[in-house]
Amino acid sequence: MANLLQIKNLKVVFGGEDGETDRLSNVSFSVKKGEFLSIVGESGCGKSVTSLAVMGLLPANGMVTDGEILFEGKNLLKQSEKELDALRGNEIAMIFQDALTSLNPVFTIGNQLVESIRAHTPLRKAEARSRAISLLERVGLPQPESVMRKYPFVLSGGMRQRVMIALALSCNPKLLIADEPTTALDVTIQAQIMQLLRELQAEFSMSVILITHDIGLVAQMADRVIVMYAGQVVEQAEVHDLFYHPAHPYTKMLLETVPSTKDTSQRVLSSIPGVVPEDYPSIKGCRFADRCPYAKKECADPQSLIAVSETHDARCLLCGLNTQKEAGDSDA
Amino acid sequence: MTAMPDENPLLIVNNLKKYYPVKGGLITHTVAQVKAVDGVSFFIHKGETLGLVGESGCGKSTIGRQIVALERPTSGQILFNGETISGKGSRVLRPVRTQLQMVFQDSYSSLNPRKRVFDILAQPLLYHKIVPRTEIDAEVERLLDLVGLPKSSGQRFPHEFSGGQRQRICIAKALSLRPSLIVCDEPVSALDVSIQAQILNLLRDLQKELQLTYLFVGHGLGAVNYISDRIAVMYLGKIVEIAEAKELFAHPAHPYTQALCAAVPNPDPDDRSKQFVLSGEVEIPTVKAGERSKNIGCRFCARCPLAKPSCRETEPELLPVFSGSSHFAACPFTASEEKPEGEKE
Repeated sequence: MANLLQIKNLKVVFGGEDGETDRLSNVSFSVKKGEFLSIVGESGCGKSVTSLAVMGLLPANGMVTDGEILFEGKNLLKQSEKELDALRGNEIAMIFQDALTSLNPVFTIGNQLVESIRAHTPLRKAEARSRAISLLERVGLPQPESVMRKYPFVLSGGMRQRVMIALALSCNPKLLIADEPTTALDVTIQAQIMQLLRELQAEFSMSVILITHDIGLVAQMADRVIVMYAGQVVEQAEVHDLFYHPAHPYTKMLLETVPSTKDTSQRVLSSIPGVVPEDYPSIKGCRFADRCPYAKKECADPQSLIAVSETHDARCLLCGLNTQKEAGDSDA
Repeated sequence: MTAMPDENPLLIVNNLKKYYPVKGGLITHTVAQVKAVDGVSFFIHKGETLGLVGESGCGKSTIGRQIVALERPTSGQILFNGETISGKGSRVLRPVRTQLQMVFQDSYSSLNPRKRVFDILAQPLLYHKIVPRTEIDAEVERLLDLVGLPKSSGQRFPHEFSGGQRQRICIAKALSLRPSLIVCDEPVSALDVSIQAQILNLLRDLQKELQLTYLFVGHGLGAVNYISDRIAVMYLGKIVEIAEAKELFAHPAHPYTQALCAAVPNPDPDDRSKQFVLSGEVEIPTVKAGERSKNIGCRFCARCPLAKPSCRETEPELLPVFSGSSHFAACPFTASEEKPEGEKE
């Protein structure tokens, strides 16, 4: 499968009162056509910054200082605002966590949908309106005509998120970025939204990037997973490999911290000691080293992504040692 | 009503109701009532953890707030240590309040941003005269140590801490008055998973060390399962099922509990079974003023895959799944089921 989106060595810097800090360093990954990719990580690890950089929506104090974002071979960072406008919404769409703040409170749902459809397509008003109604119907909203006349605050959280999805799908995008779309919703509604996303992905043969911190959701939805920690990609693998053969200690520990309803044993939940270091951009070596039970003095050196297998990389020298051992290298 | 326990439980909640008025109209008056909690009964033994789960708006937090007397029940009783505390005035409640503490979801808004952690922890100690003035320093240090924070934290402000650490401060604050019951209102839902596990383990360790009793309100079923001995499932102001945690997840009896369990994404990529997805959304029942509250039948029947016409007529009672069981469910179609295998424990 061809790469739809490829991110190479992306570096994002945020300016603040006390100088600039790196929020992303050397982030590289790709999304294939029709693939369901998931980015997991704790808050502040850079998963949302990555998606905002792709959309060109970084806040005013944020700046991409290095790297490339290639969408179908075109470098998005080199495009003008006008060219980007043609891509955003048409080719790449995004849904956000908080649907209420993403929708304009003073316009009706119909108003906003029709406006966005007309901005991106040559459809006339009446045609755009009927397209909006069919979209609302497709995302499972009952009585779409009456929803068109409603204001966002009248709708429930799940219905608002459905409207957001309809808005994102209005131009059949090739890539949909969903930034924690169900974090604010109840589990039964989350299951509805996820089922909808999965159906729509198949129907429109979209690529989807699902950003989440819910490990269970990743297991249920993703084809491939990127694990981020402190502004770096620490592991990427096919979903099965990641859950059954995690290579990075952080991933291993993260998987063990998830309490499950299937778990009937009285095991003590393992937790990762400590917190994500706040000054992580200044750490030269492994950024997880001070919380890692396997840390050695070599971990203070800069770490790069090491191939565990063809489709599996991890940023840890331990997995490098293991593969070297398997290859019969006695240096380890 | 759930079967009465053998010994005296620490907390008994009996037919608790809380209706909120909806104001409106030309001359502002009550136009309707929202039935947030509508006839809930349960008990908690000393040293036990009762988990309370349900979707947002089902009334679980309202129950917690009524137990710690932050809100007055519309009707019903709350008995703590055998004494009725519901509807009592603040003077009567003052000594009881030290025994009932609460940990909230948002640790940031529950700590005064202009006070140092030392003052936040010392103030209740002084007010309730828990320790003599001269021993305050040592007591605050002990509390910080208990929740795993360094002694130096006392001199810092709440904003200097991370979310997990702030939640530890809130737990220390709740512990400072040496309570016997702590209501934890979604204490981990705002935290990252790795930090969530730390806080859950801390709560568990403290429970063992100090013989605490918890009412753990949450919507993360995994976390609730981990910490609770028994779990009550709520739907629209009613308890629809209550059972031992293990039993509840192994043999969920009520269709809503079954749907809730199925909706939790299982962290196993090989188990992507076609899960049953519950359709529809929660509609909070309101009763218009002047209208007599009509019998609405089972509150879940609009979304229930098993619903029969009779479900719309009579409201099902919370009954044992089989006679003599401590597993209660409010659905007539599961209560008649035979005793599941491997039940004896």
